[in-house]
Amino acid sequence: MIHSLLARYHQGSHTIDYPREPAPEMDARYQGRPIIDQKRCQGQECTICLDCCPGAALKREPTGLLCIDMGRCLFCGACVRQCPRHALSFSRDFRLATGRRDQLIVNGVEPPTDVRLDQLRRKLFHRSLKLRQVSAGGCNACEADTNVLGTIVYDLGRFGIGFVASPRHADGILVTGPVSINMKEALLATYKAVPEPKVVIATGACAISGGLFRGHPETLAGLDEILPVDLYVPGCPPHPMTILEGLLQLVGIAPRDLSKE
Amino acid sequence: MIEGAVTIRNKEFFPLQDIPCLPLHKFQVALSAGLAAGLFLAALPKLYGRKEKKEVIAVLRHDQRRRLYLLRTEIPSRWPSLAREFPQIAPFERELAEESGCVLQDHPQPAPLRYLPQTGTAADEAGRYIGSQSFLQAEGEEMHEVAVGPVHAGIIEPGHFRFLCHGETVFHLEIALGFQHRGIEAALRNRIPDQRMLMLMETLAGDTTIGHSLAHCQALEALAGITVPERAMDIRAIALELERIANHVGDLGAMAMDVGYAPTASFCGRLRGAFLNITAMLCGNRYGRGIVLPGGVGHDLDEDRIGTMVDQVKKHFIDVTEAATLLWNTPSVMARFEETGRLSRKQAKDLGLVGPAARACGREIDNRVDFPTGSYRHHRLPVSVWFTGDVHGRAFVRWLEIKRSVAFVLARLQDLPGREEQTSLGRLPADQCIVSLVEGWRGSICHVAVTGPEGEIRTYKVVDPSVHNWPGLALAVRGESIMDFPICNKSFNLSYCGHDL
Repeated sequence: MIHSLLARYHQGSHTIDYPREPAPEMDARYQGRPIIDQKRCQGQECTICLDCCPGAALKREPTGLLCIDMGRCLFCGACVRQCPRHALSFSRDFRLATGRRDQLIVNGVEPPTDVRLDQLRRKLFHRSLKLRQVSAGGCNACEADTNVLGTIVYDLGRFGIGFVASPRHADGILVTGPVSINMKEALLATYKAVPEPKVVIATGACAISGGLFRGHPETLAGLDEILPVDLYVPGCPPHPMTILEGLLQLVGIAPRDLSKE
Repeated sequence: MIEGAVTIRNKEFFPLQDIPCLPLHKFQVALSAGLAAGLFLAALPKLYGRKEKKEVIAVLRHDQRRRLYLLRTEIPSRWPSLAREFPQIAPFERELAEESGCVLQDHPQPAPLRYLPQTGTAADEAGRYIGSQSFLQAEGEEMHEVAVGPVHAGIIEPGHFRFLCHGETVFHLEIALGFQHRGIEAALRNRIPDQRMLMLMETLAGDTTIGHSLAHCQALEALAGITVPERAMDIRAIALELERIANHVGDLGAMAMDVGYAPTASFCGRLRGAFLNITAMLCGNRYGRGIVLPGGVGHDLDEDRIGTMVDQVKKHFIDVTEAATLLWNTPSVMARFEETGRLSRKQAKDLGLVGPAARACGREIDNRVDFPTGSYRHHRLPVSVWFTGDVHGRAFVRWLEIKRSVAFVLARLQDLPGREEQTSLGRLPADQCIVSLVEGWRGSICHVAVTGPEGEIRTYKVVDPSVHNWPGLALAVRGESIMDFPICNKSFNLSYCGHDL
């Protein structure tokens, strides 16, 4: 007994004070929100980045502007390495989650803003949101980085958010993976078992758009093919901070204040 | 050594046409002889892209001789199963039957392994769909079935477990997987290796990103005949060991959690993340995406970064030591760990178990020593073995491996060779067959690649250690109380997506 108490003392406290304090700084090699410098981009005639992107996340708008779909981006950095004019870069901003699919397609520098539940659900879930996690073809990276939120570092429970064992006890589902055909039925059954009103969260590029598996006959192309999604958390996998910040946005804790930047 | 077999080494390619195609009975005699002599079946891939013939290659592993044996035959419409005599072949035969459409004769569990869905539906030609499997049944007073999954209680991948219980005692466990099937192998066929193929390898099993991408890159590099600079080899090995440490630390915590021992559970939960963050210092990604590339590594390390990484590893290792030591010194933990989920050395051998699960049963097998590549050719690691074969054995082997991997990582970080230019992958030679083995944190990872006439990938078979070890879990819980299933399951901690591909 005394040994476990001594160990507890020695291990110390590691819970981050986010959102009251800024989040711990990301490593310099971390690839967060992509930034496109349109002035440097060569324009229509160059397709280097479009060709090298394994997730087909980059597109050129009819106006000629280059845009990147964070819902498809695998954050591999191939475009950054290959662009001869260094028009693309990844910032260390981990705030990527949004409630609208179209907001994930960015061509400028601002982070997505719109994470909004309707009045009723925000009121109901603001202080208590219980989720059932369903992996539907996820590779266990998104799952692991969601699981991490339960550790002492992130301590998700202090926000009233938690993961429960039964969909009957849940207010919503958090889905990872592109939705494999073999998991479709079980996923829909789980969704159905959650009482109304409920929320649906798509975590990771696969759940948002099918990611790397988009177009495979063995999977769907993401969750919104079959369910209405309230929150998209991009990344492959998303950093735990991205998921945490997204969840806090969803329930209206510590809204993003972009005016200060 | 085996009649009709071709002998190769790890990462040594061999022309496909020079592997003799044996008649089925000769193939099965040779295969049986090999397995009876103590060899392991590493893979049984069906060859694709050969319209006129349906053929299969058996890859056998001889750990002491460090050799691989290849046998080839045409797939018959009815495949006489060898699984009753050699249980380790059972999942491979199921896979083969599913992919080639042959019928298994006298197989103890002839259900499909993954339920490959036809486009748009989940039913195969015989009308079987996932969940339609019939399970073994028993009748009698107090006999009952417990069905768990595919959606489990925690944040974990899907799979279905069917327990046949008598009161609280588990008589039999059947494991039905396939829910995670994403069609990775099909997406690799008839393609020239590129960034997308590498990323499919990295997401085969997200927690084994480095293990699988390393096995893939080794195979491509050997085929293309390019050499990886020593510095890159060392960085790869550091990444592979960091992956092992992070996962083993997480597993110790998860096992502590499942016996209700909160201190180690909470310490290790944090420390697993700490080691993932050290991996992120290599490449920016906590799981090691983008470290291993064909020809070398995606990122180099400068002195500052090396210094920080060394400090971090040392610091966190002190905390891990404390957390692990608590486990061994707490009687209530050891009472649950010891004698639970026990497998004998013979069972481990018969089932062809790999990795810590096999080493906990006294099996001295480790690809880092038996089939060393890269840095492991120059720097030998001791094989961490224990003899009890129970949950405690599997936990303790993990702890031994953590210690040895930490020492290895520190030594390599402080002694990185100088920079050299990395070569990029050229065109791959036509019609060659190659086997690449890596010791991932769960055990032996085996990739088999066969190229086509244009140097494209014709057949690519991935064997995650989980394919070997899932039957081990089913056997380990026999005779145990059903309440011990979670702790047995965590002590194996197998991959669903690595199995389902």
